[in-house]
Amino acid sequence: MTAAQRRLTRELIAATIARRLEHGWLVNLGVGMPTLVSSYVHPEQDLTFTSENGVIGYAGLAHDGEMDQDIVNAGVQPVTLHPGAAIVHHADSFALVRRGMNDVTVLGAYEVATDGSFANWRTSREPFDQLGGIGGAMDLAARCKQVWIAMDHTTREGSPRLLERCTLPVTAPKGVTLVVTDVAVIAVRDGRFVLEEHAPGFTAEEIQSMTGAPLEVSQTLREIQI
Amino acid sequence: MRQPIVCATMAEAVADVPDDITLLVPGFGPGMPFNLLTALFEQGAKGLTTVSNGVGGAPATDGRKGVGDFVAAGRVKKVIAAFTAPTHPSQGSVVVDMVRAGTLEAELVPQGTLAERVRAGGAGIPAFYTPASVGTLLAEGKEHREFDGETYVMERAIFAEYAFVRAWKADTAGNLVFRMAARNFNPVFAMGAEHVIVEVEQPIVPAGEIPPDQVHTPGIYIERLVQIPPDGYFTSGRMPATSAAPERGSR
Repeated sequence: MTAAQRRLTRELIAATIARRLEHGWLVNLGVGMPTLVSSYVHPEQDLTFTSENGVIGYAGLAHDGEMDQDIVNAGVQPVTLHPGAAIVHHADSFALVRRGMNDVTVLGAYEVATDGSFANWRTSREPFDQLGGIGGAMDLAARCKQVWIAMDHTTREGSPRLLERCTLPVTAPKGVTLVVTDVAVIAVRDGRFVLEEHAPGFTAEEIQSMTGAPLEVSQTLREIQI
Repeated sequence: MRQPIVCATMAEAVADVPDDITLLVPGFGPGMPFNLLTALFEQGAKGLTTVSNGVGGAPATDGRKGVGDFVAAGRVKKVIAAFTAPTHPSQGSVVVDMVRAGTLEAELVPQGTLAERVRAGGAGIPAFYTPASVGTLLAEGKEHREFDGETYVMERAIFAEYAFVRAWKADTAGNLVFRMAARNFNPVFAMGAEHVIVEVEQPIVPAGEIPPDQVHTPGIYIERLVQIPPDGYFTSGRMPATSAAPERGSR
């Protein structure tokens, strides 16, 4: 009898990412699951969150009563500000991104490949027709020191999203170093996927069967702390 | 000092905006010039090329008009944006339908590149190199160049005929202050067009009342100012009224 399997919710994925952010980092959070991360960090981590729209130093999602429609994150969700926060305009916001100030950007994705490439702006494989939703992902991926991806491990139909090679148009040809999914934490290192953590009840073999590229199992493989 | 024209109404502020212009539309959630856009929608301008972060979703229920309404009405020739399609394919989009039908042109631009293209245009720089999009479909066909061992793609500046801007405070000299993240593209776009028209949330104050060192956008860029009327669109339209910010007049 194996332990009951438990997939991570969006919130647990965000919390898992939050735990891995290192002390003092400057962190950019993209739209979707990533914007939940700022609600799961500890003050001792001393993190600074930046957003595409020029907000530097925001805290968690705002609760009713403290919402200000003019203070929002990349997903246009109301957030609160830490003392010492600053706000710059959009060109300066991306100036700091391109200069390489962010230690990490956390983004959503449809696919990630072993070479660190990822796809998150277009779901069509048809010839490019100028349609898609890039937002700031290409600017961020080009220069943040690391790109971490938060996404479901497979598509709704059960096809793998972690692949040898992206099948969708890429957002960047390299840069991903970590993927956190509903079943695993996987490092992307030297062109390989390394399974570092698994969701409760999921074996390395099961996670491999849900993954479209070989998984190397870390010697320190452990269960994701929930 | 040079002074912008203070218009009495939104309609007056946009009355002579011609067809076939390129129009900069700032906003990222907050900071969208909905009042000017709604007046322009009523004015009838067409053949527009719009530059904005996204192209909007479903029509608003309160009557405000955004870029998406101009597109749906067939009054936009081309959209230049960081989002030309919804992030999820299940969400329908008039832009997607029209581009596929050949009735609308689109240009998809990374968001940082979009901001920088307009900043460059407003700064007299015709083009620049950026690492964003290198190795993707978006860089195909563009000039590439290597600097210090890294590959960059050349992007051209954008300088538009018109920009609509949304400010929190303004004085009669046209000096502007933006509030919190409603700033976003506003100061950049205010420098990137020949004619800049500004809708202002708070009562326009006499020149001199905004301390010079607290001005975000100097008035020399501004052609027209117009106060948002009490029944105008003050919120971003993205949040329930109950959780919206306190009354504007109280800050």
